[in-house]
Amino acid sequence: MEFTTGITKFLTTGTFVKTTRAVALGVTLLAGTTALVAPTLASAEMVFHRGNGQEPGTLDPQISEGVPSSHILRDLFEGLTAEDTDGSLIPGQAESWTISEDGKTFIFKIRENAKWSNGDSVTAHDFVYAWQRAVAPSTGTAYSFLLYPLENAQAISSGEEKDLSKLGVKATDDNTLEVHLSGPAPYFLGMITHSVAYPVHKATVEAKGASWTRPENMVSNGAFKLTEWTPQSKIVSVKSDTYWNKDTVKLDKVVYYPTESQTTALKRYRAGEIDWTYEVPNDQIKWIKENMADEFHVSNYLGTYYYGFNMTKPPFNDPKLRKAFSMAIDRDILTSKIVTAGEVPAYAFVVPGVTGYDAVYSGFKAKDQAARNAEAVKLYEEAGYSKDNPLEIELRYNTSDNHKKIAIAVASMWKKTFGAKVNLVNEEWKVYLETRKLKQATQAFRAGWIGDYNDPNTFLELWLSDSGLNDTGFNSPEFDSLMKQAALEQDAGKRKELLMQAEAIFLEANAVAPIYHYVTKRMVKPYVKGWKSNVMDHIRSQYITIEK
Amino acid sequence: MLSFILKRLAGAIPTLLIIITLAFFLIRAAPGGPFDKERSVPAEVEANLNAVYHLDEPIWQQYLYYLGNIVQGDFGPSFQYRDFSVTELISAGFPVSLTLGLTAIFLAITIGMSLGAIAALKQNSAIDYAVMATAMIGITIPNFVMAPLLTLVFGVYLHILPVGGWGDGPLQALLPVIALALPQIAYIARLTRGSMIEVLRSNFVRTARAKGLPERTMLTRHAMKAAMLPVVSYLGPASAAVITGSVVIEQIFGIPGIGRYFVQGALNRDYTLVMGVVIFYGTLILSFNLIVDIIYGFLDPKVRMG
Repeated sequence: MEFTTGITKFLTTGTFVKTTRAVALGVTLLAGTTALVAPTLASAEMVFHRGNGQEPGTLDPQISEGVPSSHILRDLFEGLTAEDTDGSLIPGQAESWTISEDGKTFIFKIRENAKWSNGDSVTAHDFVYAWQRAVAPSTGTAYSFLLYPLENAQAISSGEEKDLSKLGVKATDDNTLEVHLSGPAPYFLGMITHSVAYPVHKATVEAKGASWTRPENMVSNGAFKLTEWTPQSKIVSVKSDTYWNKDTVKLDKVVYYPTESQTTALKRYRAGEIDWTYEVPNDQIKWIKENMADEFHVSNYLGTYYYGFNMTKPPFNDPKLRKAFSMAIDRDILTSKIVTAGEVPAYAFVVPGVTGYDAVYSGFKAKDQAARNAEAVKLYEEAGYSKDNPLEIELRYNTSDNHKKIAIAVASMWKKTFGAKVNLVNEEWKVYLETRKLKQATQAFRAGWIGDYNDPNTFLELWLSDSGLNDTGFNSPEFDSLMKQAALEQDAGKRKELLMQAEAIFLEANAVAPIYHYVTKRMVKPYVKGWKSNVMDHIRSQYITIEK
Repeated sequence: MLSFILKRLAGAIPTLLIIITLAFFLIRAAPGGPFDKERSVPAEVEANLNAVYHLDEPIWQQYLYYLGNIVQGDFGPSFQYRDFSVTELISAGFPVSLTLGLTAIFLAITIGMSLGAIAALKQNSAIDYAVMATAMIGITIPNFVMAPLLTLVFGVYLHILPVGGWGDGPLQALLPVIALALPQIAYIARLTRGSMIEVLRSNFVRTARAKGLPERTMLTRHAMKAAMLPVVSYLGPASAAVITGSVVIEQIFGIPGIGRYFVQGALNRDYTLVMGVVIFYGTLILSFNLIVDIIYGFLDPKVRMG
């Protein structure tokens, strides 16, 4: 077991003894030299120390689901398509592709020089194997639904269809991959940059089982290859010399550190141990802006923070009340005083700026807050409540300082505008998810959504009446029908119109009150070059250079 | 002696079984499951995941299945860290936690007892007051306050010590060990001082002095041994405190020990991982208590093991 060798070495080489001695001599050493601190100081090779959030659950591309593991997998693997520094789509393992007129058949030409890290050629069969693996029930892939646009994918995943070869993907020869979709999905090329669609090396996966992702076993096809994985400590990858585009890769090595605590990550950053943080703690933003503004990078992110209303029960089954409560939230105050990194006040659910879409906003965006409040009070009274007969509601959120601050502020806005009594209820994350899903106890509740791919569909499909994620109980046949039409529409312009109409219906119902659109916020050392912020926050280490 | 140990070991098995059973049903009684996420998966996908981990079977069947596996030494795969088995995670994390914990305990005993003894010998002097005041501060400042303070001063401002990580040299261990040991040093110093003062007034010390034993011999051979008793009985709770403390310290310093798995396992409803750590900690604490009882027997002539 490679990952334990560090520890074994630690115990056997006498480091343990040294540690004890070092501690005993602590005071002497405290006054010691800085040279000894060396793990991150300059050396001849170009190393990027990347803070990476939580410890990744897995490095198996088909099984992975968290954002932290996706950052690592983008470095280790490459799909048919990839992204440039700015996030725009470029050819990856496929050098080119053609799309049939009806938008349902894609033929990918895989590069002759696409290689696995063990020297084998990457073939179309590898993709067929990986995609079948992703939808096979026995794999236990949470993200298999991303491949549902493929013919028969859902039937296979649900066990109705047992024959994996019925999946809409075929290798016609080693370098040609044919993909059949059940409807035109314009976002398909972008979606297959997701790790679930990366190829895997069949012989390795089959021979090594669950441990194929260990450094000593893993065979990958990306710009870097895995060399070390000590859980909760670090993951190390080095430049792959078999990657087809290796000449453009400048870094020799990338070290990913699990940084669960944002505060610790910031300290390690300030101490020079990491070059890049995954996030920054909200309560430090003011200090950072005053002291390290040059190294603080904020950019728009494909996500929306919102409050949902449970539409299946009183009081929020009343559309007037939902509208009133949404209008009375002063989003400008929340984004300027509570979350202060530069989050954008939200009046839409689909993040403005999503590719191939024009933002649709709630009608009240045009009004100022005073006018909104006046109208909100009117709606509140029409719903049968008043200052003397106030509504008492629960506002529920999952335990976190940030959510609490926002909830307190929103509760006070509702109280000030309507005189409504708002009881704040917080629950631990998993308890909260269950409460929300049951739609029994919830009234108003916090939620957030990060898009899986750069297309309005990833936001709007949540609100289909049969969506498992629809915790508000929003159920509109008109919305469902527009979404269905959009899924079959081959013309990009018409599809956009359909989706925009669908969002307008959704916003009009005020099933949710969008609050702000997320931003990514991180600290980056000035010597880290070659990267650009992008809305998906897909930042591949292969473009990065360290210029100390 | 041997029959005493065997008796205690036999008593530990039902205790452990109760721990396992309670933990098993408690963690499953907690709302939410390992696969609940902000993005909940389609029903058929969730069914697939549950089937992969036997979560679709009745709970008593899962319990028996789990017990059967434990007997064979198999703690199952982790739900959260799917590339690793729980046994692998624990065996990777334990040496780290052990190094951290033992170093901290060692430091606590040596420094704590020396300080306590000095304070007792110089009772009511300036040294005594200084040691006891510092100890009081040490006890009252929890390590989740002390640890960030230490990292801020020595890592961020002075740049002389690393503020996180593990395995890149002994210096990385310095701050976490100090943060973990400080409250224990303080507590042990106070305990030693108290019991030393009492021992110094006791009859056998007077006898020893009357026999003309040199003060140093009297102190090291007789007084210290007797004064250690409360410290030894405190070692059980101290190791428990170090274990719980390391949960916090490992989190703050980003150390890959098992304490972090306990917290994350519980939050993620990683049933197998939480169970694994609970069983492991349970066994550890039961063994500690046994060891303390044995040491006690050696030190205290009044305790006889039969």
